[in-house]
Amino acid sequence: MRYLPLTAQERAEMMSTLGIQDVRELFACLSGHCTEPGNSLPPALSETELINRFNEYAGRNRHLQYLSFLGGGAYPHFIPEVVDSLSSKGEFVTPYTPYQPEVSQGSLQAMFEYQTMMTELTGLDVTNSSLYDGGTAAAEALLLTVRKSGKKKVLISASLHPEYHEIIRTYTQNLDIEIVTFARRHDDGKTDLEDLKGKLDEQTASVIIQSPNFLGVIEDGEAIARLSHIRGAYAVQVINEALSLGFLRSPGENGMDVAAGEAQSFGLPLGFGGAYLGFLAVKEDLLRHLPGRLVGQTKDVDGRRGYVLTLSTREQHIKREKATSNICSNEAWCAIRAAMYLATMGKEGVAKIAKINHLQAAYFARQVARIQDVRVRFTRDFFNEVVIDFAGIPVDEFLKKMRQKGIQAGIPLHWFNADMKESLLVAVTEIHQPADIDRLVSAMGEVL
Amino acid sequence: MSKENARFSKDHEWLKTEGETGIVGISDYAQHELGDVVYVELPKVGAAYKKGDACCNIESVKAVSDVYAPASGTVLEVNPQLSDHPELINQSPFEDGWLFKIKLADPSELAQLLTAAQYEEYLQGISGE
Amino acid sequence: MRRLPDLLFHTSRNGKIGFSVADSALPDKLIAVAESNRRRESADLPQLSEVEVVRHFTALAHLNYSVDEGFYPLGSCTMKYNPKINEKIAAQPGLNAHPYSAHEMVQGNLEIMHTLQVFLETLTGLAEFSLAPAAGAHGEFTGMLIIRKYLAAKGNPRKVVLIPDSAHGTNPASAHLAGYEIREVPSNSEGILDEETLRRYLTPEVAALMMTNPNTLGIFERHIAAIADALHRNGSLLYMDGANLNALLGIVRPADLGIDVLHINLHKTFATPHGGGGPGSGPVGVVEHLRPFLPLPRIRRARGAYEVIYRGEQSIGRIKNFYGQFPVIVRALAYLLTLGRDHVARVAEDAVLSANYIRKQLEPHLDLPYKSPTMHEVVFSDKGQPVKTLDIAKRLLDYGYHPFTIYFPLIVHGAMMIEPTETESKETLDAFVDVMKKILNEAKADPALLQQAPHHTPVRRLDETLAARKPILKWSQGEETAIK
Repeated sequence: MRYLPLTAQERAEMMSTLGIQDVRELFACLSGHCTEPGNSLPPALSETELINRFNEYAGRNRHLQYLSFLGGGAYPHFIPEVVDSLSSKGEFVTPYTPYQPEVSQGSLQAMFEYQTMMTELTGLDVTNSSLYDGGTAAAEALLLTVRKSGKKKVLISASLHPEYHEIIRTYTQNLDIEIVTFARRHDDGKTDLEDLKGKLDEQTASVIIQSPNFLGVIEDGEAIARLSHIRGAYAVQVINEALSLGFLRSPGENGMDVAAGEAQSFGLPLGFGGAYLGFLAVKEDLLRHLPGRLVGQTKDVDGRRGYVLTLSTREQHIKREKATSNICSNEAWCAIRAAMYLATMGKEGVAKIAKINHLQAAYFARQVARIQDVRVRFTRDFFNEVVIDFAGIPVDEFLKKMRQKGIQAGIPLHWFNADMKESLLVAVTEIHQPADIDRLVSAMGEVL
Repeated sequence: MSKENARFSKDHEWLKTEGETGIVGISDYAQHELGDVVYVELPKVGAAYKKGDACCNIESVKAVSDVYAPASGTVLEVNPQLSDHPELINQSPFEDGWLFKIKLADPSELAQLLTAAQYEEYLQGISGE
Repeated sequence: MRRLPDLLFHTSRNGKIGFSVADSALPDKLIAVAESNRRRESADLPQLSEVEVVRHFTALAHLNYSVDEGFYPLGSCTMKYNPKINEKIAAQPGLNAHPYSAHEMVQGNLEIMHTLQVFLETLTGLAEFSLAPAAGAHGEFTGMLIIRKYLAAKGNPRKVVLIPDSAHGTNPASAHLAGYEIREVPSNSEGILDEETLRRYLTPEVAALMMTNPNTLGIFERHIAAIADALHRNGSLLYMDGANLNALLGIVRPADLGIDVLHINLHKTFATPHGGGGPGSGPVGVVEHLRPFLPLPRIRRARGAYEVIYRGEQSIGRIKNFYGQFPVIVRALAYLLTLGRDHVARVAEDAVLSANYIRKQLEPHLDLPYKSPTMHEVVFSDKGQPVKTLDIAKRLLDYGYHPFTIYFPLIVHGAMMIEPTETESKETLDAFVDVMKKILNEAKADPALLQQAPHHTPVRRLDETLAARKPILKWSQGEETAIK
């Protein structure tokens, strides 16, 4: 079989070296347990049969037939062909973690470049070289602030992505950490600063907001960071649409201590929700508590520039139960793809695409507001997602009719919040043509 | 103050006394086992520890080691040089690489520690294994 | 000699672009964001032409060793060949859906996940798998949360998790994150755990034992059934770290050994690529009575369609965004379908045969601390050698090999853990053995040659102390980074 190079003859020679007749003699210690569950698998497929099988699976998906405006933490973006082409090289896909740096300088330098570009985008001092996704990155950010401060209370915005809330709850369920949620204002979708002030105290380890938040609204990050610092708490900004960093005030400019979130927008396909790219950036004084791998620059014995995984004493393979986290394998290949994306798009490209995202969403917001029975809930300070409210028609029925017109119009918010029965979260990015937006709006007009 | 006045713990910490103040560091054996020290997490000034509490943390490239308080006391001072020069612990573990000073809570605890000679013997025992 | 290319930031020149995105016809006056919320200056990312980007990353690729290039005898990593057809299948647009697509629109993707789930259940004998965890350590954490919630539901979550002294570092880290204290259990002279030793550690406070089987010495834990029994009678559970499943796949069902929870590393046993450190995937499987505690969402087949369950009273909750590492799951399923019942047992057979073949030939030359039968990996030590394990490993680089796993497990002095896997030819195994013998002879004749190795790699031994003492974790303007 093509992945099993040993021929029958070679196996026989090897067994002869070992002085055995049958390879199963090497499994003698397992005797009694060899129930051969492999025999219950279906017969092996040839390469052609395998391709056909997955074509059949793909044939039972229908997403390609629809114009889609889905966002909510995963965004369709233009991925330059070079990113696919370069990242698919075997030298990036098939190496191991760079524990032997002398033969891993490719991965290591690419990760160092990724770290540099992410700190530049977030405006903070240092980034790690990846976590699993935005939700676990948010959880790790929370744990980091608790570890560093020694305090046990964390304030979290009600407008954090609901899945991120869930993950945080899962991660902290057995730890001595108190989580308190602070509210948002109804009029503009931003944090209710009075509520936050009322809940902040000297026992607060950190204040965690998301901006743009789950309703697409940009928070007053600077004010929130200031309030947090007055009470000695760390300020954390979670971001689930990394491209917003190309257009909006950075976490660093906001005065944040930590930025965490999802960088799938930097060159990763939608992939049905994986493999994504959690990022975590911090100010220098939090460096020793940063989980995940870090690549550092150094010299070799001949004085040549080189890169190594560093500060690994924080990690599980040395510190074991005292580690900053249990993370081992992360999303390294995804981070390298992000480095390729950011290098290709560059200073001008990221800024330009980010601006186009907003312009398109703003155009949509203006056009859709002209439909009777539709209201754009927050008309100011959004990036590329808006919430629209309907009158009179249940959102599920609306979505069904839109699908009949070949459009996935958005994410029904009642999936996450039972109170939001008639609200839809619509994402518009640079991959949509203005004509697509027009089609969306006119289809909505017809349905309503 | 020479080595002869110091006391040692089986965890390879040393303690020198100046009246009611104890100075704590790690032994030459310990720094050698650790390898190049890259970072030290020192205790907070004012923190109180009982004998045997993990109060400090030394990181080398390949390992992290807890430092246990060889005697009970309150931290008076920490070595300000170590944040920029952690290598002092390797270069001069017994002098410039001191870690912290404590106000001894119970000087009688010192009798439980090993003398320099006893520590040498103890080390012989370890390396013989 | 290949050199490191300049950093992107050095090659950058104002005005260069590498992208082509059409300008928008939409006017700036549409902008609905307050000026104070806008970024003041564009992020100072590099400016390069597409040509330069390609040259840069191609140069970086040339500096990387990879499975596509050669042998990786890394113990506990299972660096087997990554099939190329699986890459193509995973990348096809027909599978590339948004995770919030309506379920009726993505039945194909849900079927892929459910199919792999069921195959894992069949191969392991466990009742249900969750494909949500993003990596092995993530799976361990998930498994420990499940155990804790189950025990809490019975009245007492307990306080302690037992972990063998040979365990992987993620084990205690994961258990700790789940809220447990760790107690280490020593392996015996055979290198395995025995029931008698375990009993000394079994108190009413013990929630579980985490075991790897075969363990990190490559030795089958043959007392596992008795150990499971002892644990269960103590009201404790048995967690199995499935990192070494390559020795058992298709031949043994871990559930038959008495385990309650298992995680699998798809990027080890199921041939999905390592990518330089991820993405991986760490599915978790449980016995029947632990099913309600599995993370959300869960996928099941009902009334001829695939459904996703988002609610569960007793579930530990969500541990990852969306569904899991879907592209990795696709590759794993493709791999399993390619093996089928015809070939799956050959994986473990050839893996174990190859490891034993290497052991037999190196045993006369290297200290073998544990003489128990070897499964898919073997651990030697540097005892009696004129050089250290590190030096032998670095010299292997000069011969074009990636070294074996070094200094793990911790219970062996100067451990060298060798796992050839089943995807290496006999020529490769023979050549590796020859090179090892050659290096060991070099060590006797000229130890300095090894201590200063590698000599022929793009960079030589790197100053890790400097990297840790004065961390440079990004490029900054004006920093002394141009060390050629």
